[in-house]
Amino acid sequence: MNFHAVSVVYRKELTEWLRDRRTLISTVVVPLLAFPLLIGGMISLSTVLIGQAQKEVPKVMIIGGEDSPAVIAALRENKEIEIVPYSDNWKEAITEKKIRAAVEVPADFQDSLEKGTAATVKIDYYQGEIKSEFGADHVNESLKAYRDEVIKKRLQAKDIPASLISPFETKKQNVAPPEKVGGATFGGLIGYMVILLCMTGAIYPAIDLTAGEKERGTMETILSSPVSRLYLVLGKFCLVLSAALATASLSVFSMGVSFSLIRRFGGSTGNRGEAVQLLFQLGPKAVISVFFMALPLAVLFSAALMTIALFAKTYKEAQSYLTPMTFLVVIPAVASLLPGVELTPKLALIPILSTSLVCKEIMTGTYHWGSMSLIFASSCVYAAAAIFLAVKTFQRESVLFRS
Amino acid sequence: MIEARSLSKRFQDKKRGEIRAVDNVSFTCQPGKIYGLLGANGAGKTTTLRMLATILEPTDGTAIICGFDVVEQPEKVRANVGFLSTATALYPRLSAQEMVEYFGRLNGLDEATLKKRVDDIFNRLDMNGFRDRRCDKLSTGMKQKTSIARTLVHDPPVMIFDEPTLGLDIMTARTITSFIRECRDRGKTVIFSTHIMAEVEKLCDVIGIIQSGKLLAEGTLAELRAKYAEQDLEEIFVKVVGPLHAQAEAQAI
Repeated sequence: MNFHAVSVVYRKELTEWLRDRRTLISTVVVPLLAFPLLIGGMISLSTVLIGQAQKEVPKVMIIGGEDSPAVIAALRENKEIEIVPYSDNWKEAITEKKIRAAVEVPADFQDSLEKGTAATVKIDYYQGEIKSEFGADHVNESLKAYRDEVIKKRLQAKDIPASLISPFETKKQNVAPPEKVGGATFGGLIGYMVILLCMTGAIYPAIDLTAGEKERGTMETILSSPVSRLYLVLGKFCLVLSAALATASLSVFSMGVSFSLIRRFGGSTGNRGEAVQLLFQLGPKAVISVFFMALPLAVLFSAALMTIALFAKTYKEAQSYLTPMTFLVVIPAVASLLPGVELTPKLALIPILSTSLVCKEIMTGTYHWGSMSLIFASSCVYAAAAIFLAVKTFQRESVLFRS
Repeated sequence: MIEARSLSKRFQDKKRGEIRAVDNVSFTCQPGKIYGLLGANGAGKTTTLRMLATILEPTDGTAIICGFDVVEQPEKVRANVGFLSTATALYPRLSAQEMVEYFGRLNGLDEATLKKRVDDIFNRLDMNGFRDRRCDKLSTGMKQKTSIARTLVHDPPVMIFDEPTLGLDIMTARTITSFIRECRDRGKTVIFSTHIMAEVEKLCDVIGIIQSGKLLAEGTLAELRAKYAEQDLEEIFVKVVGPLHAQAEAQAI
């Protein structure tokens, strides 16, 4: 094995690759700019929208209730809502967002309350409209507070302690470690992203170093040099692999940076803020493990894509061969994200799907060393087969000089 | 020294079946001589030269170059051969110097020898003005010089030129033809293919006429003139390839 020859080929391919503007865009600019912009944009937009909705004092209309002043007074006391005068077309008003909600107080409400027969107060709102839902929530709170007040008075009247109606309290408590919660939210996604980015990062150099070389007429030049085709293809392969890993790591890095920036400057944004915070408790161990598990896949993609692209005569032809390959990777990776898909020994032998599944587990803080090594080993076998195929294909005249 | 021994190359074509691109071709090229392979398009020139450069493997027969067999020791053969054709392009994103250095390193030159060799070649070919310019920014003439420098960097004793002047303007073509002569004067074995009669008349010491993969005639210009009783090379060529060419045309239809 002549490592010097492989490294000469690799260094030359690296030089050319780094000088290619398309590389810069696909590997560096897109991950480093797109992720912060995309994630930051999405989160800040939703923060702004939710903030606006929370700031607004929703207009609420009261329907009926002329004979029940106590409940009306309770509603009017709530500073979170603004009571507007009654009009007939209140349903349209909600639909048209002129008011956010309406309260229907039945006739003789006060009366039935005193008699002890239960009456129903209806809250009308527009489901799915976040501002309308907030309005309805505020109305509901007011009514609940009023109801509690009524209960308290009744109990006092009969000299019964308040604990009678709530003999015990319940409290939900989370036992999952923070990374489990974060993992459930984002973990599957990160494994999926790493796998997909390894693939997309490899596509462009795989084409450029094979079909691209044929198209530019440098294939014959390089084949006339004394370096053997084995070292030539290995040098090229190493570059494609580097590109795949560089794309994936830069993307994950930039995702991480954008999340942490948002955590620092975006403040708490309700559930989203918490989820982001949890993501950061994943720690480097999980991320490194995911990359380690994805490594044989990156090898597999690089070698397989090169093999296929080698058959093409031109860049365009190669692109049309490789684009469908993306689906072969996306489908098993997406399948692993579906709820209820669990890692079984049989599934561990399916490439991509198995890695994606195990990444999901790693992200939730679970390390099944047995299945991890089984998946790593099986992926390595596939990767080795792909390299072997790439080397063999590169030695076939009918492929190199296809006309 | 090049010695082709019954070189043959057959391809499988889906429509036309088996194609004998090169059929049992034998010839010898001596050091300090230029061997010209003359033939029409599709006669088998490129395939023959690619087999000599070990870019393609012969189906049958072999060739011995500087004592190495093209089938058995292709890497050793390539280390002794400089191969240049209009199809051997340069890497667009490397500079002229990087391009030449890359081929020096692929040929296993150590850095000290490489530097000396590159400086020497760049001075000799008057290339210092565009040393650091990227290959995709070079003029056709500069590109040709860079290609020449690339084939020379490991100082090979055998030079193979496949239609080196195809599509070049007169001035650039002259750079190439004078380079071919220089190779001969330095005692290298030179073989080149062309379909331009004037080039052959001016350059070649020995001429081989090839058609439909077969070497039909071989000799010095004087020998060919005597044998076919014609002064003009074009007339000789037509006499030699005429029957086979007509046959090939008929088959193609």
